[in-house]
Amino acid sequence: MNTIRYIIQKEFKQIFRNKGMLPLIFVLPLIQLIILSNAATFEIKNIKVGYVDFDHSSTSDGLMDKFTASTYFQVKDQFPSQQLANSAMLNGDIDVIITIPSHFERDLLKEQKVNLGLQINAIDGAAAGVTNFYIQQVVSTYNNAIRAELIQGNLPSEMLPKNLLTIPSFWYNETLNYKTFMVPGILVLIVTMITLFLSGMNIVREKEIGTLEQINVTPIKKHQFIIGKLFPFVLIGLLLLTIGLVISKVIFSIPINGSILLMYGYTIIYILVILGIGLFISNFTDTQQQAMFISWFFVVIFILMSGLFTPIESMPKWAQVLTDFNPIKYFVEVMRMVMLKGSSFQDILPQIIKTSIYAILMNGLAVWSYKKTV
Amino acid sequence: MSVRDENIIEVEGLTKAFGDFKAVNEISFVVKRGEIFGFLGANGAGKTTAMKMLIGISTPTSGKAKVAGFDVFTSAEDIKKNIGYMSQKFALYDDLTVRENITFFGGIYGLKRQQIKNKSNQLIEELGLEDVKNQLVGSLPLGWKQKISFSVAMLHEPKIVFLDEPTGGVDPITRRQFWEMIYKAADEGTTIFVTTHYMDEAEYCNRVSIMVNGKIEALDTPQKLKEQFKADNMNDVFLKLARG
Ligand SMILES: Nc1ncnc2c1ncn2[C@@H]1O[C@H](COP(=O)(O)OP(=O)(O)O)[C@@H](O)[C@H]1O
Ligand SMILES: [Mg+2]
Repeated sequence: MNTIRYIIQKEFKQIFRNKGMLPLIFVLPLIQLIILSNAATFEIKNIKVGYVDFDHSSTSDGLMDKFTASTYFQVKDQFPSQQLANSAMLNGDIDVIITIPSHFERDLLKEQKVNLGLQINAIDGAAAGVTNFYIQQVVSTYNNAIRAELIQGNLPSEMLPKNLLTIPSFWYNETLNYKTFMVPGILVLIVTMITLFLSGMNIVREKEIGTLEQINVTPIKKHQFIIGKLFPFVLIGLLLLTIGLVISKVIFSIPINGSILLMYGYTIIYILVILGIGLFISNFTDTQQQAMFISWFFVVIFILMSGLFTPIESMPKWAQVLTDFNPIKYFVEVMRMVMLKGSSFQDILPQIIKTSIYAILMNGLAVWSYKKTV
Repeated sequence: MSVRDENIIEVEGLTKAFGDFKAVNEISFVVKRGEIFGFLGANGAGKTTAMKMLIGISTPTSGKAKVAGFDVFTSAEDIKKNIGYMSQKFALYDDLTVRENITFFGGIYGLKRQQIKNKSNQLIEELGLEDVKNQLVGSLPLGWKQKISFSVAMLHEPKIVFLDEPTGGVDPITRRQFWEMIYKAADEGTTIFVTTHYMDEAEYCNRVSIMVNGKIEALDTPQKLKEQFKADNMNDVFLKLARG
């Protein structure tokens, strides 16, 4: 136990003495958080809307006014027929066609339920999803306005269905703001990248400068060495998470709905996975350069297959299976669940179990791959 | 210095091959407890490779070796408890101070806090490191660094200390001081296994072996070697051997 303490002490001294690295570890990621959270949103402006109005009522005008008023939409043209609208979309003049059926106003009052027609140019799938999401929002605002009117017209509110207007095409169902959605994910990236790179470079650096040999001639136990190496990086990871959470709260007003303790608890297990991978890489390489390349290789795959930028459901089956081995996927899920949905320990238990198994496995490998005798 | 008739290192047919190339080729020798054993040879002769097998960080290709009573194949970790090692290449932390380096290695050798304190105070005083003890090691000249490496190797009071070219690249005065340190350690009963390619230093050893291309070509006291090769000094012995 004492031995481990001496390693931890030494690692901390080295980290805090390295005036070149220290700011990089903490400042760069935060700049990244601020920039990426703003840039990597799927926010889309000036969506070009065309519409076909078969009703020509004040209600249909009211709906289109809502679109005109929104900063996201640019209502271009009213088309006399569906065909003309379609060909305009083919030409790329408009991105969206909204079709208001005949008897829209009448049915709305009488049956309190109407379907709107919606077509979205889905060449850019992600953008189409976002567009759809925005349209839902506009429609639902208008929905509430009409509902209020009907209630004033003395219809009891219990009798009214919640949604008068519905659009029968859904890709995304989240009523989330995209920044809220992205920030926890980017926090995950920062914690992951920094801890992976630091641990990946660590042992191999000692190999390069020769100090590892001096350690290997001591009777130190392999697990003592690895545990001593893990500890400082876990703390750095948690520190990064903390700074990130404060920034999310202060700058982006992202709520933290779940238990902070739960979030930290899970993060510790997660960081252990990443550090295990890092130390494993470090043990297997001879130069920091090799370690860096391999770390990058894994980070890129993990990130792209984490569900952070592309939904896992839209990946091919084999890729979906692969994502089960992706620790980042679990961390993204947990962060979103705990931060945004306020999920409890029970809710994230599957992730906790899988991540714990992963952590034990990777650190076992790290200990195993550390060879005191070559 | 009291050399006892007790083998503390026993080596038989020890070989290390890298592919087809035998860096160490079936060497055999014994070292007595308390001896200063000089392990001589030109650059590339295989001294470092042989030493790494003896200290348990490199597995031999074939042969037998026992160090401090432990087998290098099966009990490398036990050997490590009983030996100190000073690498040919400076291998301490440049970004830690002299005292921090000593404390760290004391700690991983499993010494108690108080032991570390006493031992490092003693070493710092003996080696004259008082003025630099709180300086980063990286800022010190090579001669100092080597003294610190030596002190780290001696920290846990090992039975045997392996020194790989401890005086490489330092000035004659520092070399002289270094040998005084070695003598002092030997006086206190530590067995010294030292490589060098300075032939004058061979005269300081109880016995020397001379390695050429992975093989030990001569092994005896400096006096006997000079008689055997009809040479005035160890340098001539070495040149005669090298010419074959
Ligand atoms: N890891 C290795 N792989 C291949 N060859 C090596 C390795 N280590 C040492 N050698 C070779 O073995 C020979 C002996 O090296 P070394 O033991 O360092 O010599 P010395 O210490 O006597 O100068 C040299 O030719 C060296 O190039
Ligand atoms: Mg050498």
